[in-house]
Amino acid sequence: MTSLLPSLTVLAALVKIGLLVGGLMTAAAYLVLLERWIAAWVQDRRGPNRVGIPLTKIRLFGLGQPLADGLKIILKEDFTPSHVDKVLYTAAPLLILATSLAIFAAIPFGSVLPPLNIPGLPDPVPFLVAPGLDVGVLWVFALSSIAVYGVLLGGWASNNKYGFLGGLRSSAQLVAYEIPLGLGLLGVVLAAGSLKLDVIMNAQAQSGIWYAFSQPLGFLVFVVASFAEAARLPFDLPEAEQELVGGYHTEYSGIRLLLFLVSEFLHMITAAFLIVIMFLGGWHLWGVTGSGQEVTWLGALVRFAVLNTKILGVIVFFMLVRWSWPRFRFDQLMNLAWKVMLPLGIANLVVVATVEEFRPQLLAVLGPWAQAAAIAAPWAVFFIGWIGAGLLTPSRTDNRPILTRGSLEGDQGLLERDSYRPQQRPASPELMETR
Amino acid sequence: MKPTDPAITWLEEKPLGLAERLYLPLFLQGLTTTARHMVSPKVTVNFPEQRPTLGNPLIYRGVHRLNRDEDGRVKCVACFLCATACPAHCIDIVATESPWPDREKYPESFAIDELRCIFCGMCEEACPVDAIELTSLLDLTGKSREEMIFDKEKLLSVYDMTKDSEPMKSASPEHSVAESVGGSL
Repeated sequence: MTSLLPSLTVLAALVKIGLLVGGLMTAAAYLVLLERWIAAWVQDRRGPNRVGIPLTKIRLFGLGQPLADGLKIILKEDFTPSHVDKVLYTAAPLLILATSLAIFAAIPFGSVLPPLNIPGLPDPVPFLVAPGLDVGVLWVFALSSIAVYGVLLGGWASNNKYGFLGGLRSSAQLVAYEIPLGLGLLGVVLAAGSLKLDVIMNAQAQSGIWYAFSQPLGFLVFVVASFAEAARLPFDLPEAEQELVGGYHTEYSGIRLLLFLVSEFLHMITAAFLIVIMFLGGWHLWGVTGSGQEVTWLGALVRFAVLNTKILGVIVFFMLVRWSWPRFRFDQLMNLAWKVMLPLGIANLVVVATVEEFRPQLLAVLGPWAQAAAIAAPWAVFFIGWIGAGLLTPSRTDNRPILTRGSLEGDQGLLERDSYRPQQRPASPELMETR
Repeated sequence: MKPTDPAITWLEEKPLGLAERLYLPLFLQGLTTTARHMVSPKVTVNFPEQRPTLGNPLIYRGVHRLNRDEDGRVKCVACFLCATACPAHCIDIVATESPWPDREKYPESFAIDELRCIFCGMCEEACPVDAIELTSLLDLTGKSREEMIFDKEKLLSVYDMTKDSEPMKSASPEHSVAESVGGSL
């Protein structure tokens, strides 16, 4: 009889899944409102402030807006155009939503609960759906790569040029930025010695030094790459509503569009979670949360609050950035990924690996100053890498067609452009025709 | 036009300075601008409860009105200049012989289709006797198309409604539109 009942561990996991999915969906709905508020405030407007409790006159600063938005989009006609590939068209939003939700199985959303002393349930209970998963980070990255398929399939199955362009851009962009993302992450994994996100958080809490401070270059690379992975401005080329209508979800409407939009917000939440957990200390805050594994109920609550406040802060930063920058051009996007972020990520990895390798020797030689040296070295590399990347950047960009600036001269031509006059070097007409 | 066309003038971009090449200083600058705007006073108002403040109500181009003269008669002399000037063809005038000795014609009916009107103010410019004017009423709504065709009585009632807050622009030369505009510009 008892063997038929699910074990307490499974029950605890189910409760956590319920809380997490409910919380995430609510968060996504309210982040839409936050996004609209911030958009309005940045543009000196007031933003949605009318909708409150339905059927009453109570306005609550517009906090009822997500309900109205959600109802509106759910009740809209779910139209399937005749020219789409029906199977893939239906599968794409489901795939993207399922993967972006499944990512959270390995992401801790707090520290641990105090001992409950329930027989059959191992104490302490962590705020994590799959606490035994040793490859947490790999799980997160594998699933966020699968989420790309949703975008690709959506663009491809729509059978629409804007959708297709959006999907193409998305694939190239996400492939390019996976690499700096992974490099930024590797430094953290190397320093913490684990692929489990809760262990990475605990390592920062114990030393008191968040990885953003000890690996500034990795932090920079990771943040930039996660903007690109979440397809937020200034890297929102897959959607680019001004040029691609809606990008990969041009042909979607109704609840299927809602699935795409929700999973976009989930990607942003994932990115914020990863930034906070891996670089900003997770639930740790000096002098407030403590750093050990033993917590009281209040301590667990405080840690939960600290983690989520940090995540909210990162999300607000994401939203502010949206209104601060114009979108990158596609070649600029690729230049940034391959010529700037990739070398910087490797530089960070090398310096972190060196510091970690020679930490015992540092301790022996420098004694109490070893910790300072272990932080100073990455900062030195940060400034060298940053200023070096800046100085190596060409001081102007040239987006004239290749033919007019003299073909096939490559970068040499780009650098010597100051002496260039279009009238003196007209391209040959034969070349024009063969192109 | 081909890219090799000599008629094309290729502009050279200004070279980037050090701060621009380092990117992060300008990143912070942009973020500061955004953050400052986020907390700065808002320029929009909660519309139906709060009314927007118009820069100069006397030159605002809102709903039309037909002015009355000192005797309360419509000032219009049915010269059709406004209807001729109207680019949207929204003014319809039926003229008839005037019962009064000071003019030959007066409008028997005078209708403006407010839905066709583009509120350009050309009718006001064209009017030789300053009979038609645009008021500062800006929230014009109606429940049917017929309701939005304003006839003579309705246009005169708009005058009765707004004559105190917005004096006729030709009423007193010392308080002319030109002066009130010149003052604010």
